[in-house]
Amino acid sequence: MNEKELKFLTATADKIRLGIVKSTYAAKSGHPGGSLSITDVLAYLYFYKMNIDPNNASDENRDRFVLSKGHAAPGLYSTLANRGYFDISELEKLRKVDAMLQGHPDMKGTPGVDMSTGSLGQGVSAACGMAYFGKAFNKDYKVYTILGDGECEEGQVWEAAMFAGQKKLSNLRVIVDHNGMQIDGTLAEVNSPEPLDEKFAAFGFNVIKLDDAHDFNKIDAAFTAADEETNRPTAIIMESIKGKGVSFMENQVSWHGKAPNEEQCAIAVKEIEDRLAKEAE
Amino acid sequence: MKRATRESYGAALAELSKENDKLFVLDADLAEATKTITFKKACPERFIDCGIAEGNMIGVAAGLATCGATVFASSFAMFAAGRAFEQIRNSVCYPKLNVKIGATHAGISVGEDGATHQCLEDIALMRSIPNMVIVNPCDDIEAMQAVKAAAEYKGPVYLRFGRLAVEDLNNEDYEFTIGKGVLLRDGTDVTIIATGLPVGRSLKAAELLEKEGISARVVNIHTIKPIDREIIIESAKKTGLIVTVEEHNIIGGLGSAVSEVLSEEVPTKLCRVGINDTFGYSGPAEELLTRFGLDAEGIKTKIINALKTK
Repeated sequence: MNEKELKFLTATADKIRLGIVKSTYAAKSGHPGGSLSITDVLAYLYFYKMNIDPNNASDENRDRFVLSKGHAAPGLYSTLANRGYFDISELEKLRKVDAMLQGHPDMKGTPGVDMSTGSLGQGVSAACGMAYFGKAFNKDYKVYTILGDGECEEGQVWEAAMFAGQKKLSNLRVIVDHNGMQIDGTLAEVNSPEPLDEKFAAFGFNVIKLDDAHDFNKIDAAFTAADEETNRPTAIIMESIKGKGVSFMENQVSWHGKAPNEEQCAIAVKEIEDRLAKEAE
Repeated sequence: MKRATRESYGAALAELSKENDKLFVLDADLAEATKTITFKKACPERFIDCGIAEGNMIGVAAGLATCGATVFASSFAMFAAGRAFEQIRNSVCYPKLNVKIGATHAGISVGEDGATHQCLEDIALMRSIPNMVIVNPCDDIEAMQAVKAAAEYKGPVYLRFGRLAVEDLNNEDYEFTIGKGVLLRDGTDVTIIATGLPVGRSLKAAELLEKEGISARVVNIHTIKPIDREIIIESAKKTGLIVTVEEHNIIGGLGSAVSEVLSEEVPTKLCRVGINDTFGYSGPAEELLTRFGLDAEGIKTKIINALKTK
């Protein structure tokens, strides 16, 4: 990744963050914390890595993306809007009656959404199905899915992991957003699914540990390394910061499912816009 | 011919494999019992054994369907409609994906395995989900056609099959249409509306009633959702008293579906024959069917009692 690409992705991620803050503020609800923790990876996948085309969103050979942690929908929506799947003005209507953007991703209503998700544990199984289909018909596409770390407490995640490992779905990338927090507290306080790396390895995965989910060079190195694996599915366990990019939301469990109020939104927007202006210099 | 509708399921899938390259059949370690083994032998490359993990199986089915596959996901009714209810609702029906649930071993006629395996609630569960079509065939001929019709239909279908062999009651020229009830026998005193395995026993009950001077009309409702309102309304107008017969809890199944139509369109006395909100238990299937009043004699007795209050 060269300097120009790095700069572009950094700015793109901040534009996505603006959409997350503004849309959840407008909706007066939603999940900014877990959207912001995956923003950099979403920017990397949709603006650099994945073989996709907003003008041909249902191309059968495209790479697929499944947001298994469907509550991070504001992150996905802002990414898709910035990528050109639909008009950015849709973000302001998030979660409102008759809006295209539902509280959780709806593949029938939103261009670019490859699977309806929201009930935790289910998206990763659908991603397995997509990967299996690709293998069965010798397609080159890859399937990316992001799981929450708290989501890994769902039994279905491990049913899916068993399936992916046993069927050797090497075209599958399971990304775990390891921010360490869930609604009722930290993972350690609630019902820890750790150690996640050892668990995925035991289920037959190639495990890659990404120690900073907000460093594009490291993100790129992890996903490039995943492409070298030809026999096993890959799990990328990425260390992320919940609320990343909005200072007062960072590492705060309370920002899991709470929207910013007017004052908080203004502070967050200014913070991000200042950063964007600086990046543009 | 006499064979269980689960056998028909496997046989129909094997035939379909020759026509559709994108047809996948999934099972959860029950291929020998659900009879998807017949498909596996015909088309091993499109058979996926997901192991004993029904929730994931439904999700995998959904993912395959997003890529353009026609998918049949199979297990016992208990573990498909029961255990994987929420996956069926959220991953299949909400996005209206082309996934068929092939649920075998429905009802009390599972027999010896007992209560944990005798699913008596699946129709109620599946009926409450938008976008779901529910088909409960009564014999081999109908089951074979129902599987093929489900494969043609774009969207979720719940297919309910039994473990116990049933006699053919339809002829080879029978034509199955999703959502279209079938008048099997005309009559004037009472209409028996049945679904699945009890359809044959209801016909026998009608014969027994005839000997006692009672003229019973018999209607086969193979599609419980969307239900054929016309044939129910027509029957109610013609005979008054309606008796529903099903191998399911009387709450939420065919009886409830028919009562909804009757009470909205043509309020008519209804008697529901089925499992009276209780669990089953172990025993040979035929003995259990008799014990629960789902043999021809039992159905006849219920009808005679209901006629006294007509």
